[in-house]
Formats: sequence, C-alpha cells, structure tokens
Amino acid sequence: MGQKEAIQMKNITKRFGSTIANHNVDFEVREGEILSLLGENGSGKTTLMNMLSGIYYPDEGEIFVKGQKVLIRSPHDAFELGIGMIHQHFKLVDVFTAAENVVLGLKHKKTRKEINDSIETICKKYGFDINPNQKVYDMSVAQKQTLEIIKVLYRGADFLILDEPTAVLTPQETDKLFAVLNNMRKDGKSMIIITHKLHEVLSISDRVTILRRGEFIGTVPTTEATEQSLTEMMVGKKVELNIERPEPENSKERLIIEHLSYINEEGVKVLDDINFTAKSGEILGIAGISGCGQKELLESIAGLLHPEHGSSITYINPDKEDHISLLHMNPRRIRQMGVSMSFVPEDRLGMGLVGSMGMIGNMLLQNYAESNSFLKMKKQAKIKAVKVKDKLDVVTPGINTPVRKLSGGNVQKVLVGRELGSNPTVLMTAYAVRGLDIHTSHTIYHLLNKQKKKGTAVIFVGEDLDVLMALSDRIMVMCGGRMNGILDARTTTKEEVGLRMTKIQEDGGADHE
Amino acid sequence: MNKKEPLVRVMKRETIAGWKSWLFRAASIALALIVIAVFVFAIIGISPLNVYTLMWEGAFGNSIYFNDTLFFTAKLLCIAVALAPAFKMRFWNIGAEGQVLAGALATSLIMVYCSSLPAPLLYILMFVSAIVLSAIWGLIPAIFKAKWNVNETLFTLMMNYVAIQIVNYFYNKWRGAASALGKLNKGTKAGYLPTIFGSKEALMLLVVGVLTILMYLYLNKTKQGYEIAVVGESVNTAKYAGMDVKKVVVRTMLISGAVCGVCGFMTVAGQDHSISSASAGGYGFTSIIVAWLAKFNTMVMVLIALFVVFLEKGTNHITDAFAGFDDSASKIVIGIMLFFVIGCEFFINYKLSFFRFRKGEK
Amino acid sequence: MANLIAWIIRAVVFGTVVLYGSIGETITEKAGHLNLGTPGIMCIGGAFGFVGAYAYENSVSDPNAALCILIALSLGFISAMIAGLIYAFLTVSLLVNQNVVGLTMTIFGVGIGKFFGSYVIPEGAVSTKASFANSVFSAKLPFLSDLGFIGQTVFSYGFMMYLALIIAISVHIFMQKTRTGLNLRAIGENPATADAAGINVTKYKYLAIAIGSGITGLGGVYYILDYNSATWATAAGNAIESLAWLSVALVIFVRWNTAKAIWGSYLFGLCYWAYAFIPSILGISVNTDIAEILPYIVTIIVLIVGNIRSRKGHQGPAYLGMSYYREER
Repeated sequence: MGQKEAIQMKNITKRFGSTIANHNVDFEVREGEILSLLGENGSGKTTLMNMLSGIYYPDEGEIFVKGQKVLIRSPHDAFELGIGMIHQHFKLVDVFTAAENVVLGLKHKKTRKEINDSIETICKKYGFDINPNQKVYDMSVAQKQTLEIIKVLYRGADFLILDEPTAVLTPQETDKLFAVLNNMRKDGKSMIIITHKLHEVLSISDRVTILRRGEFIGTVPTTEATEQSLTEMMVGKKVELNIERPEPENSKERLIIEHLSYINEEGVKVLDDINFTAKSGEILGIAGISGCGQKELLESIAGLLHPEHGSSITYINPDKEDHISLLHMNPRRIRQMGVSMSFVPEDRLGMGLVGSMGMIGNMLLQNYAESNSFLKMKKQAKIKAVKVKDKLDVVTPGINTPVRKLSGGNVQKVLVGRELGSNPTVLMTAYAVRGLDIHTSHTIYHLLNKQKKKGTAVIFVGEDLDVLMALSDRIMVMCGGRMNGILDARTTTKEEVGLRMTKIQEDGGADHE
Repeated sequence: MNKKEPLVRVMKRETIAGWKSWLFRAASIALALIVIAVFVFAIIGISPLNVYTLMWEGAFGNSIYFNDTLFFTAKLLCIAVALAPAFKMRFWNIGAEGQVLAGALATSLIMVYCSSLPAPLLYILMFVSAIVLSAIWGLIPAIFKAKWNVNETLFTLMMNYVAIQIVNYFYNKWRGAASALGKLNKGTKAGYLPTIFGSKEALMLLVVGVLTILMYLYLNKTKQGYEIAVVGESVNTAKYAGMDVKKVVVRTMLISGAVCGVCGFMTVAGQDHSISSASAGGYGFTSIIVAWLAKFNTMVMVLIALFVVFLEKGTNHITDAFAGFDDSASKIVIGIMLFFVIGCEFFINYKLSFFRFRKGEK
Repeated sequence: MANLIAWIIRAVVFGTVVLYGSIGETITEKAGHLNLGTPGIMCIGGAFGFVGAYAYENSVSDPNAALCILIALSLGFISAMIAGLIYAFLTVSLLVNQNVVGLTMTIFGVGIGKFFGSYVIPEGAVSTKASFANSVFSAKLPFLSDLGFIGQTVFSYGFMMYLALIIAISVHIFMQKTRTGLNLRAIGENPATADAAGINVTKYKYLAIAIGSGITGLGGVYYILDYNSATWATAAGNAIESLAWLSVALVIFVRWNTAKAIWGSYLFGLCYWAYAFIPSILGISVNTDIAEILPYIVTIIVLIVGNIRSRKGHQGPAYLGMSYYREER
C-alpha cells in the first residue's frame, strides 16, 4: 500500500459573499487510504470537497493530483482526473433508469448490453446488487447510494469522495457500506469520507483531517485519536457531550393516536395503523429511516393531511382534562378549539417559515388570524420577535432581515423560538437539529428538556440514533409506514433500534412497557 | 496542463447598496436609450440626438399629446396594479388582456342594450357588470388552479383569445355593413362618462391613482395582503399556518380580475366610447413586465408605466411622420428597453469577478 | 366528401404551422426553459423568410427555385435563432425569470416581424406578395396529389409540410434513443445532476434554445410563404402570434412528445376550421367569430382533463421554468 500523496490542496480559500467558507485550507489524501474529513455542520467540509469535484471553483489556492498542478473548472474536469463525488443529496435523475444515470454525460458509444455488462462487473467486484433497468424513483435510499457509487466507479474514479454517506443508512446498512469501502481500499482506491460522526471515523478511516469554521485544524492518524480528542479539535474547546435526561414527572396522557392510517396522493399507504400515546413531561422519540412516514405522521396530527376514516387523534386538554378529536381539522380550526400544539417541521424555510420575510413577519405567521381586524397586527409580532431574538441569541442584522439570509442555526432558533413561545401542551419536532453545529444542537436539546420539565408532551423525530437514545424516554420505531415497537430508551440497544428500522418484528404493534 | 482558468466567474451578492442598484438600473436604461437611438437612426435616418427631442415632443409636446400620454400611463398602470396581487401570489396571470376586454365588453353591452336607463343607474350598471365579468374571467382559471392545480399560465392565455373572439363577434354584429365600428350611442351619448376639470382623462387619472394607493395598502398593511405574500412564497408554509390556500387564490384572482374590469370600463366609457379586440391594446402583456420590474410595489409601477408609455408614444410620433408603419416600431423600442432593464437585474443580484485582474495572484 | 377533403387539407396546413412551433418549444422545454417568446420568434422567422424570398425574386430576372428555398429557410431559421439566443443569454447566462423574458420577446419579436415584414410593402398598399416563392413553396407532388381521397389529403401539400413531419419524428427519436437526447432530458429534469455528471449544461441549453427557436422560425416561414400564399399584410403578425400561442399549448397537450404533436396539431387544425365545414356538412349556420373560439376552448379542456387525469409523473421536465446556477447554496 503506497503512502504517496494522491491529492493535495494548498492554501484554498472560498468565499460566498461576505462569508468565508474555507480559509487557507491545506489538505491531502494518500493513495489507498480512507481519510475522514471531520468537522461540524457549517465548518466547510462539503465546500472544500466540492472544489475537488468541480462544483465550486476556489477563489485562491492550488490543487495537485499525483504531484501535477491541475485546474478543476467543472465536474467534467474532475472525472478526467479520476475524482468522483457521492453527494449527500443524490445527483440522480428520478425518471431515468439506473443504467441511464450511470452513462449520463459520457461520450463513449456502448450498446445497452455492454453498459449493463460493465455495471454487472463492477457489482461483482465490490459486492453490490442493483438492477440496471430499475427506475430511480422506485429505489430505496440505500439503493440510490449504491447507484451513485457505481456511477463514480464506472467512470473509472480512483478517488472517491463520500459526503455524509451514513446519514440516511441504518446501522446494518452502514456496516455493509463500510465493507464495500474496505474492498475498494484493498483495490488501491483513495477515499475521503465527510462526516461528523466520531465512532465512524474511528472505525473505518486511516487518518482524520479536522476543519473548524472553514479553517484547517490538523490531521491525525486514527490510531492516535480518541472521541474526546477529536471533539476538542472539532469544536475548539472541551464540550460536555452528554445529553441530560430528567426523569418524567407526573406524566399524563396528552395525545392519543389510534389506528392512524394515511394514503397519499399517489395512492400509497404511507401510514399504516399507528397507535401511540404522548404523555406530559416526557420526550417520545421517533426513529426510522427517513421517508418511512415520520413526516406524514406529524403532518397528520398537525392537521395538514387528511388521514383515512377510522383513524383517531385525540388531544387531552390539561385544564379540564376533556378529550378533543383533531381528526380532519385544519391547523386554524385546531387552534380555534383551544388546542395548544406546536410543530417544528422538517422543512424550515419551505414550511415553518417565510424565507423572504424578517423575524417580525415570521412571528405573525402563528396567530395573525386571531384578531378581528382587517389589518395585520405588527406590534405584537415585533414584541415577540425581539423576545425570541434576545432569549435564544439569534444572530441577525435586524428583526426585519429576511430569515433566508440567516445561518441554518439561527433559522432554526427563530422557528423553535416562535413555536415554544406559545407554551404548547404538545410539541412536535422533526429533525430539529439537522444541519446544526454541536453547540446549537445542545441548545435545542436543552430547550426541549426545559419544555419537558414544564410538563409538555414532546414528540422528537430524529435520525441520529445516539441522540435519540440519549434524549428520549421512549422510542417508537417506524418501518415502512408501520410502527415497529415502542422501546424504553433507557434499556434498549442501538442494534435493536436499527434492526427494527429495517425489519418488521412479529410483535410490531406491541407496546414494550 | 494547458487548461486556462475561467476568465469570468459569477458570484451571488448578499446585499447591494441601494444607490448602487439604482446606478446599475440607470446605466442599463442609458445603454438602452443609445441602442434605441441607433436603431431609429438606422431605419429612418434621424440623427440620434434628435430622436429623443422628437420623442419628448410626441409624448409631452402639446396638451393633446400630454393628455394622451397620461391616459395611457394610467391605463397601463391600472392593469399592472391589477396584476400585482396575482403575481405576488406567484399566480402567472397572463390573461389581463382578456380580463380587460371582458370588462370593456360588459360596459359596451350595457351601453348598447340599456341605453334608455337614467344616467346614474346606467353608469352603475355599466361599472358593476364590467367588474363582474372581468372578475369571472379571472375566476375561472383561479378555480381550476385552486382545485386541480391546472397550469394557470396557459389557461389565462387561452382565455384572452376567447375574450377576443367574443368581442369580435359583437364588433362585427354592431358594425353591420360599415367598414369599422364607430362610436357607440353616437346620438344619445348615453353611458359616456362626464369630463371633470374640463378633461376627459382626469377621471381616469383619479380612479387609477386611488386604486394604486389602495392596492399598496392592501398588499402591505392587511391580513389578506399578508396571506398573499405567504402563499406566494410557499404554499406549504401557508397551509402550515392554517391558511385556506384555495380561498386565497380565488379571492386574489377575483380582485385582480375586478381591477382589470375597472380598466375596461374606463377605457370604453371614458375614452374610446367604442370597443374592438384592440381595446386592451397589448397592455395586458406589457403590464406583466411593469408589475414584475416594480417587484409588485404599485408606487414604483407609476414611474415604470409612465416611462414605457413615453417610449411608445414617442416612437409612434416619429414613425407616424413616415407613412406605412403601425405600432410595430414602438414595440421594438419597448422590447429593447425591457431587455436591458430586466437583464440589469442580474448585475444587481450577482457579481462578476475577472480572474486576470484579481489581486494576490501572480 | 369534397367538403371533408377540403376540411382535412385546411386542418393539416393550419396544423403544420402549429407543429413547427411546438417542436421548437418542446426542444426548448426539454432543456428546462419555458419560452413564452415563441410568438415573437415565429413572427421574426416568418418576416425575414418572407423578406428574403421577396427581395431575391425581385432582384433577379430568372429566380431559381432551390435558391429561393435556401434563402427563405436559412433567413427564417437564422433570424429566429438569433432571437432565441437573446432569450438564451438573458435566461441562461443572466438567470432572469423565463416568463418575463419570454413575454418581452413576444412584444419585441412581433414588433420586429411586423416592422421588417411591412418594410417591403409598397407605399399606399396594405399587402404585398412574393409570387415566385408562393409557387415554389406551395408546389404539390405531381400525379400523387390527384389520386382521390388519399392523394388529396396526404400528398397535396407544399414540401414544408413533409419537412415538419420529418423533423417531428427525428426529434422524437433523438430525444428517446440518443445519448445526446438523454443528456438534454437530464438537464430539464435536474440540471445539477446533469452538471455533476459532466454535461456542459450551459452549452446544451444554448444549443437547445437556438435550434428550437430556429425550428419555430420555420413555422413562421411556412405560414407566410405557403399557408398565406406568400402574402405579407400587417395582420399577418397577429395571426402568427395567435397560432404560436396554440403551439405552446400543444406541447402540454401531447406531453412533450413531438411525434404525438403531429396528430395533435392536425386536431387543432380540424377544430379551428370546423366552423367553415361542419355547418355545411350538417346544414346549419354558425357565426365565424364564435366558432373560432373552438381551438382555445379545446386547449383549455385538454389542459384541465390532462391535469386531472395524470396527477403523478408526466407533468413535463421537473425543472421547467427554473434557472440553474451552479454555485447556488
């Protein structure tokens, strides 16, 4: 195995407007190694790699491949140098077949048969399994990722960049991916894995390069690193990695879901007989591969979707303890009935907020309809905006600056701040910490725990199993639109949750309490 | 490796100083004016310096021209104002031409068939029917958009031609054997709007002025205006906030159509006293660009509308002197100007960087 | 029977204009660009094709048919292509809203077309004719065109009608069977993916828009030199404009399939000319102005039915109407 430098980046700087995404970064990867590029969200990892794959062009700095200085002006240039990137958001054309996606943009003249044969050869060599004639929209997330890797290998790439490859995989699928990566390493290929998960770094890579706020911090051999040392390099100070989990107090039922089923516009049953109860003073985690009905579950409860008949959603008012059915009500009706429920959706700027408006306009969204006036009530919204800004330390040039221009963490603070401001009885959050740095993530966990202690029933849909297991009291696992057990988060194991994410258990619907 | 660095790179701006963006716009307008002068020089041979003197003369040279320019500015503005709420909602209403015609037609129908009614009643009936028919014209595509998400761009476009054909039908019917349809109610002048301040155009200016202000307030200060903005930004956000998106779409298009109806009414009853398929005069399309350029701010539309009409009237004045040309030259001139002005938006939103001149590079 | 034949012939001729426009628009839309400038572009193509043919036959004593065709087609194609390039520059390079640029192009193009078309009208006249070009462009196939029903309805057109068929089918095969067609479709479906796959998105977009516009321009040439008997009148611009809008609608009607656009365009033609033939066939009378609404109503109905029927999938290229900027974050 060679120790020669395969790719070197020197003094790379990249700006987007006034933000500096990468500042004088030095980076190198050797032949036949797996290198982890570690950093928090927003630390510039993806930007740096996008300059290797030709998506971005550096403002300053030089790139060398096998000692030769190169210019990478487009993805096409990158291919010619043998660099291929598997993006976090897959770059596939949904309406094309696997084979069509593989040959997209290539100039050679091969027949369909020859193409399928080449794909098969690659599959055999590294242990993939894919049908070249399957359309992408029929594929699972793991299949799409496999297709992306095949696409890159088909182009003869020697250097593979994988951006957060495990973010959408179950622990079992992750193991499979790592086995493939090890195969490729044996084959002499170099791989860069962008990630922020420490245990993965330690288990797969040879060396780790750490970025912090767009700057190069250092490179260490994995054998010399520990979770604690890596975290310190990544965050820059000692951080408490533990998430607090207070014991639930005085739990009372707040939301009862029974036989909830939902069929979407395409006629697919995306929710199938879901039953659970959310209780005050506890956090109910919901685990599952993304797209297994979590989104539809929360949207059904929030009144955005119309579940099938026979479903039942019951809210229990804490004042009078009376039962209110939320079935087939829109969000405004739900609010008018005195239901105090908040919802932090997954799509922050596309659903929770209005990107082109400032904080004031976004505060207005929650209850602008409550007054009887024809005019909009800006005054109260302004007071609210100032309150959220001060309380959560939202960094913004002004409360009228369009929220789209804020950083991801601050956008989420505006959204969470607004939703918590109404002191909800039930709080639902979907991927509340996605894309946020460690510090902001912990702020959010802290806010959720505070709500829990106040007696709110919190529903937390998450993707990071470590977080789910540390924060929740109970975890409901979803699999293909069905519930696959509710586990006690204090006693269950990660493997158990992972297994239930992919395979329906015989006791699927049963409650494990 | 013999590859060269890219010469020019495009970067998104985060912010731009107000004065700078206006400087860009002024520069683009200046550039367009030069191109237009060259164009006019090339085809007619008028010295480029004289072009704008002549144009000025044609638009503001005497009281007749001046009134004409004001009237058409008000007309263009009125339609742009009507489109503002629809476009703010990202509803591509390309059917203003037809909606104005619908209003004009309703007005004419009442003028012709109810001319014996007492004047006040006649006016009210004309006005109301114009608004109602135009609103219906806007409503039909809106309902299909709201209920089945039918593409509104083509739907509204086709509605234009439906309106044009119906107007043609009545035009030919009323025309009879004559070569053209003259003034309606020639003898009785029933349904002709009164002049105020001794001017036929004054009432139009007044009405459109009030509408412009009202629409500004509606969009910026009311809850309904807020709903329009949210729906335009993201339908999902609107639903999340509990808005009835369908209701907002339908209501907004009712308003948009109704204001177009006012324009049709004023054109027939106040100015033309006649109708033809050209009663909207292509303003239904030009106004879309006026509304878009003004970023749906009705106050800014005043200036843009005035400028466009100045170009139109000015060019027509020049080409009128040379027989054989219709309004086509003014369309070219307006087209050139709009290309430059909309192209300029790019330089306001993005920054170009030229690698060769970059600092810190050898 | 004679009525039916006449009706079909009128419909095919009418449909051919719409077909050219819709092929051009389909190519453009496959690259993710909705071009509402199609009426303007078709008008420009028609005017310049006509002016070229007119100038040619009036400048030589013994005009040559092949040269006449060459001049008219290339002028029509190139002028329309230049207009398309203006649109492409503004929408692809300057990332301006496509609808706004398109509508401006319609205003500008109809102006240009009418202006230069009218340039050659002699003083005092309202129209002018290029007689030689007319004879060349409307020349029918000998013998075959006389062979009864089939002969008259299939073989009695000018060559550009058959050219449209060839283009429509070739474009369809190109889109479905070739690698370049695959790349083009990928751009309309997802430009970022196409870009990451090494396709030169900008180049493809420019080419698609330029070629699409050129083909649209041919529709204008056909309209003036064959359909309208090589006569330019000031009203010709308006007529082209309304036909071109129908061709934009046809694209949706046939779901971005240029082969299906063939019968779709003839169907539009049948609708449009129904007023002239149905009444006499049925023995009733219908007002022309009212009857001419039919194709627009049909388009609207098709739009609605098509939308309600196919909720999933085939709504056209996924990124239609959206600008692509690589460094978007």
